[in-house]
Amino acid sequence: MFRWARLWIICLNILGYNAFADDYSSALNELGRTATAAELSAWDIDVRPDFVGLPSGSGSVEEGEALWFDQCANCHGDFGDSNEVFSPIVLGNITEDDIQTGRVAALTDPSVVRTTFMKVATLSTIWDYINRAMPWNAPKSLAVDEVYSLVAYLLNLAYIVDEDFVLSDKNMEDVQALMPNRNGMTEDHGLWSVAGVPDVVGSACITNCSVNTAITSFLPDYAMNAHGNLKDQMRDYGPLPGMQTAPAPQLPVSQLQQSGSLDQRPADLLSASGCKACHQMNKALIGPAFTAIRARYAGADASDYLAEKIKQGGQGVWGSVPMPAMAQLDDTVVAALALWLASGQ
Amino acid sequence: MPVGVSDQEGWLRPAPESFLSEELISEISHRGVDKGRRDLLRGSFAAALAGASGLAFADDPNIVNVPEWSRSLGKPVATNPYGQPSPFEANTVRRQSPGLTQTDQASVAFTPLQNLFGCITPSGLHFERHHQGWVDIDPRRHRLMINGLVKEPLVFTVADLLRMPSVSRMHFLECGANTALEWGNSAVPTVQYTHGMLSGSEWTGVPLSLLLERAGYDRDASYLLAEGADGSGMTRTINLAGALEDAIVAYGQNGEMLRPEQGYPLRLVVPGVQGVSWVKWLRRLEVGNKPYATKDEASHYVDLMPNGQLRQYTAIQEAKSVITAPSGGQKLLSQGYYCITGLAWSGRGSVRKVEVSVDGGRNWQGARLEGQVPSKMLTRFNFDWVWRGEPALLQSRVSDDTGYIQPQRAALVAERGTRSIYHNNAIQTWRVSPSGEVDNVQVG
Repeated sequence: MFRWARLWIICLNILGYNAFADDYSSALNELGRTATAAELSAWDIDVRPDFVGLPSGSGSVEEGEALWFDQCANCHGDFGDSNEVFSPIVLGNITEDDIQTGRVAALTDPSVVRTTFMKVATLSTIWDYINRAMPWNAPKSLAVDEVYSLVAYLLNLAYIVDEDFVLSDKNMEDVQALMPNRNGMTEDHGLWSVAGVPDVVGSACITNCSVNTAITSFLPDYAMNAHGNLKDQMRDYGPLPGMQTAPAPQLPVSQLQQSGSLDQRPADLLSASGCKACHQMNKALIGPAFTAIRARYAGADASDYLAEKIKQGGQGVWGSVPMPAMAQLDDTVVAALALWLASGQ
Repeated sequence: MPVGVSDQEGWLRPAPESFLSEELISEISHRGVDKGRRDLLRGSFAAALAGASGLAFADDPNIVNVPEWSRSLGKPVATNPYGQPSPFEANTVRRQSPGLTQTDQASVAFTPLQNLFGCITPSGLHFERHHQGWVDIDPRRHRLMINGLVKEPLVFTVADLLRMPSVSRMHFLECGANTALEWGNSAVPTVQYTHGMLSGSEWTGVPLSLLLERAGYDRDASYLLAEGADGSGMTRTINLAGALEDAIVAYGQNGEMLRPEQGYPLRLVVPGVQGVSWVKWLRRLEVGNKPYATKDEASHYVDLMPNGQLRQYTAIQEAKSVITAPSGGQKLLSQGYYCITGLAWSGRGSVRKVEVSVDGGRNWQGARLEGQVPSKMLTRFNFDWVWRGEPALLQSRVSDDTGYIQPQRAALVAERGTRSIYHNNAIQTWRVSPSGEVDNVQVG
């Protein structure tokens, strides 16, 4: 497969410089040198799913907990469940049955937030990543035993091992057999190689194609400025200037007062409707804080939009964690929640 | 305001509206241009040219008052030793999507596709996607290691690599999560945010095959681990057979060294494969016989299917296209001619054709492909369109040389659901309203 060298040699032959071809080839091999054992050991740190590359060592859940509170909890929360800085690592969505089957059932449920331990099939992944990239602002600063202890702590949070567990290179394989989603991955798709077979191919229809052209989704006017004033993002002297997406008009107070459901205190309504599973009043949890939502839509006539969002769910406006559809809620409750969210303050 | 200049600063009112009668314009709008109306038009043009219509344009002060730049001495050479865009292009910058990520180090800045031409992305506007921030690496201290299933593990300096035979290839680079925000619903307003994790560049470097030959790689090996020198130590499993075909250990981008945000001084170029595999600040390549299940192919960059399975090791970016202008957040200045323009690409080969629809996918017409159409590279397409104020739904659809056709969103969602995050290559719809405003919508 020494294509380029061969190509060069062919070119040189054609030009009659055959005498130089061998010189060129061997001279090229003088570039670069053999890596030393110490160099390989310093950089070859990856750990494979079959644990090739795993250094020997051990660490307990207890040691991991102490280290976690010291170095990790700030970003990930005390129990690895925070969504403030990163996606949650564990959230208690893994069942005994999952650990038995090796498939996390909740992955089919759009209302359940996907956590690291719900997805990852391979224990090596967790060990390798903590070892190479954590902590966030001081990567590769953890000792081998510290990495074991942190993995042990997370395994305990995910209900995979007990709190007196000690993880080591000797029992990684045993724990691998308990990974909740160990059977959840598939390589049965067409995207590994160029020759792969596509799962969906579009239509070649040219005229009078049978397509539904009804609009199913669009950004309402008042959400157009969530990315700033679009006028400032387009070339401003061309044929396609940007739309002015300045703040929308104030929500009439009268509209707010017409809703009888507001008689119920918002806090009660939020609890009763299940919103607080993911949202808090002043602090981002899985979803944004209610105060942040109210601030964003303050003064915008956004109640219909927010009602739709509550009913249909969504993703991407506040982050990649999807909000599940709250289809079970009564329309008047949804309207009241939306009006309260849209009323600003 | 001077007569003949519209409310858009420096924008001359289109000529026909100034000398055609209201009746004739209305007739043409409703019935199009037939022989009779063509003759009338011809007459009107002739009259205008002859100055006999009685309508005259006011003198343009930008012409009659010769501008100051024509009457003064310009700046000396090397005032900006590197060079800068015109200060009037300040709107053309990379931007973040507010609320998308909670930290700026594990985040994205999107390329302003709406303002760009051709198929080369200026290096300074190339989108940024980092997993643990970007770093400034001293090329004198940077090394590339090759190990694993090789006869001889090797280390190279940057100077070694710069000395070796090089290739220059044009390839697109698209993040696997490009258009991820649009799986569920229309979530962002402009093409910068819907499709801006996309670029086209000329990459220069050493063919990967040459380096692996030099190391004596095991012919039975089928995987390659690429690892970065940044804090995240980004690692990805690469299809070795594919990489031996066309992967490059690159140091050059668009004629200069890589930008730091793009992996200076070395990045792996894996044509047709999602951006996360184009490992930046490349420090190590390991030849292996099993995949590695690294964090970004076990926790992220796995595509969730409706049955709860996660597709792992999804690499190829399937054929996709998007109209970049007119596009979301823009406004058509007036009725008349527009060149609908956009980009098309395929991770499986080259673009064979692009079709454009202005009625939401009912009827399609071929677009012009501009310039050369290299494999696994952006192709610019153009399509002539006359807009007379009617509502329109603009779409583009690419076919590649494997026969693959870009799917409508409904077909893609029917198979994959809306929660897979990655590899959304659905046909994009831009709605043009009678006011000329264009917005991001979904149909079906």
